[in-house]
Amino acid sequence: MSTVTMIYAGMFYIATFLLVVGLVYKIFDYSRTPAPLVIPTTPAPTTRTGVVYRMAKEVVVFESLFKSNKWIWVFGWLFHFGLLLVLARHLRYFTQPVWFWVDIVQPFGKYASIMMVAGLAGLLARRFVVDRVRYISTPSDYLMLLLLIGIGVSGMLMTFVAHTDIISLKEFFMGLMYLDIQPLPQDPILMVHLALVASLMVIFPVSKLLHAPGLFFSPTRNQVDNPREHRHVAAWAARLDQNN
Amino acid sequence: MAAAEFDIPEIKDDIEVPRLHEGVMSHVKSFPAPKSVQDFMGYPHELGEDWKERAIDKMGDLLGKYRSLKVFLDACVHCGACTDKCHYYLGTSDPKNMPVARQDLMRQVYRRYFTTAGKLFPKLVGAKDLTKEILDDWYSYYHQCSECRRCSVYCPYGIDTAEITMAGREILNHVGMGQKYSNEILGKVQKIGNNLGLPGPALIDTLEGLEEDIEADTGVPVKMPIDVKGAEVLLITPSADFFSEPHVESLIGYAKVFHAAGINWTLSTHAAEAGNFGLFNGNYETMRKVAMRIRDAALELGVKRIVVGECGHAWRVAYSFWNTLTGIGYGGNDPFSIELQKQLDPTYPQPQHICELTNDLIKSGKIKVDPSMNDDLIVTYHDSCNVARASRMGTEPGGQFTIPRELIKSVVNNFHNMADDTIYEATFCCGGGGGVLTDDLMEVRVKGALPRATALNNVVKEYQVNFMATICAICKAQFTKVLPKYGFDMSMVGGVHQLVSKAIKLD
Repeated sequence: MSTVTMIYAGMFYIATFLLVVGLVYKIFDYSRTPAPLVIPTTPAPTTRTGVVYRMAKEVVVFESLFKSNKWIWVFGWLFHFGLLLVLARHLRYFTQPVWFWVDIVQPFGKYASIMMVAGLAGLLARRFVVDRVRYISTPSDYLMLLLLIGIGVSGMLMTFVAHTDIISLKEFFMGLMYLDIQPLPQDPILMVHLALVASLMVIFPVSKLLHAPGLFFSPTRNQVDNPREHRHVAAWAARLDQNN
Repeated sequence: MAAAEFDIPEIKDDIEVPRLHEGVMSHVKSFPAPKSVQDFMGYPHELGEDWKERAIDKMGDLLGKYRSLKVFLDACVHCGACTDKCHYYLGTSDPKNMPVARQDLMRQVYRRYFTTAGKLFPKLVGAKDLTKEILDDWYSYYHQCSECRRCSVYCPYGIDTAEITMAGREILNHVGMGQKYSNEILGKVQKIGNNLGLPGPALIDTLEGLEEDIEADTGVPVKMPIDVKGAEVLLITPSADFFSEPHVESLIGYAKVFHAAGINWTLSTHAAEAGNFGLFNGNYETMRKVAMRIRDAALELGVKRIVVGECGHAWRVAYSFWNTLTGIGYGGNDPFSIELQKQLDPTYPQPQHICELTNDLIKSGKIKVDPSMNDDLIVTYHDSCNVARASRMGTEPGGQFTIPRELIKSVVNNFHNMADDTIYEATFCCGGGGGVLTDDLMEVRVKGALPRATALNNVVKEYQVNFMATICAICKAQFTKVLPKYGFDMSMVGGVHQLVSKAIKLD
């Protein structure tokens, strides 16, 4: 087994471990932290079903962002939806036999990478062009976009320009999943692509990428507007009632 | 002490997003709370040697108690969606008045002390050690936020800067940097029963005077009862309604509505205040203590219904928090809340907004109105921020927009909305909410009112609007003071029940 294969195998095990443990911890931490007051941004749904619908609109079509700023919405939605299709397409490297719907998505997923990178480029341009966005941008904001663009572009190079040995790559990842490590094709573009992906996985649970789980825990979006009908009391606050 | 001189912004045809000018509002410092005020609140009045540890400890404490704070500090991606949404940014062009930048004043410290990335690579993620300069920035800019939640409407994750501002003020209080205005009021309401510090006998005297005025004016003996045991309705209203203009006109309106409908009602000297500045400071226990006055009064007077007068943040606290804080509402299954809830009449919402009550009475024909009495007026309506984005009226989402408008339209013949992107959930704060309504923040107040003044100016030009109705004591006080600086007459602002008062038929 080559050193490169060992390094990449180790890298993905560690990255997966950190991603899963980090996210599980964060989700646990969010869910154990109480929300003592009813603070949905109103008008808000008055039923749980309504909240699911509100949240679905936020997740799928970025409703609030659409109200807010059409440029950020276009770029952000292109990026996220492109990424979703690209990720769906990548499932073919982790499943055997490949799920039927992944085959259906495959051609769209290939071109979705263009959406994804175009969206990212737009978001990056805003950080330079709009004075207000430039003011709030930290180095990590730029680097995060560059990292994602790097992943997208290296992936596109392999899809559209210089194909990599995809059969061996799949054997490598299936091997990782079944603890039977197979050699990684030593293609420089592929190695860059994979290293960037592993970095993204590590960064995810300790960065602003937490907006993904965070949205589901956002009290202004996930609470039901029914404070007159239901008494909502957090455990630490309920103790105050007993002193009266 | 006179506030610093500043230029009044010019009203343009549209609300414009300014280019940013760093630091133009950093000189603004609300007066600090003196020792006596801080002592009563249980806070220090100056920075001790251990202020930094106290601040970080308090932040950790709040992060454990409030999911909102924890999620909001983590989730922001600096997308910029909120950057042009705050009336204070639009009016001042100071970038630290952009919601995200206001949050980042705290986020930079949060990242440094509470996140792995900020501990390891502070420069990379914009994390900073807490310094006196940062603390001063907090004091300055957390008192240039009216906690109006406009940013939270537009944030893709619903991040509400109000939650950050509240936490910031709580930490500032905890290290000894309280704000005089809010904390003084919190002392008065707890010691005397209302924010103005109006003692019971003075209040009773004022009400008697008002009764005489109404009778002289209408020939009808409309009463303003106070501390009446066994009354059906307890009215909780902002104390400004008792003596400020134009607030008192709405109080007269409520009294006429109760009279015309034959509802037996009362005020309370113990709870002569709907306002709850505990909200502004982000301290749950203070907010609870202030709200408990209403529960106590309701139990003592044995009322069946609790109705709230025209006040924005008060309605937020009443509608959204009273049930939680004091058991005023339904659905409690603990002895504390059952004690009160079994006393309340389940056929009415508890608490009920005065606009809900009056609108129902007009629609059901129980009171009669003549809208032509308001034919001298061409009316628009300012949605108060806390009513719009932090509460509801009626049974349907958005009732907080439709019910006051229905009510207005039933008592006036000429009504026009302001531009769509300045009303309903997109409404602009008056510029004086959230503990900003003090003369030492006049520059913030005037500049923060620019977006609303612009929208108002447009309906004045287009429809000759000459009256802007609103249902908030702070909006009324702010607009009557600030709109004249933009060339409007102060008498063009008033309450919805001021209009009801003119149109209602008494016999």
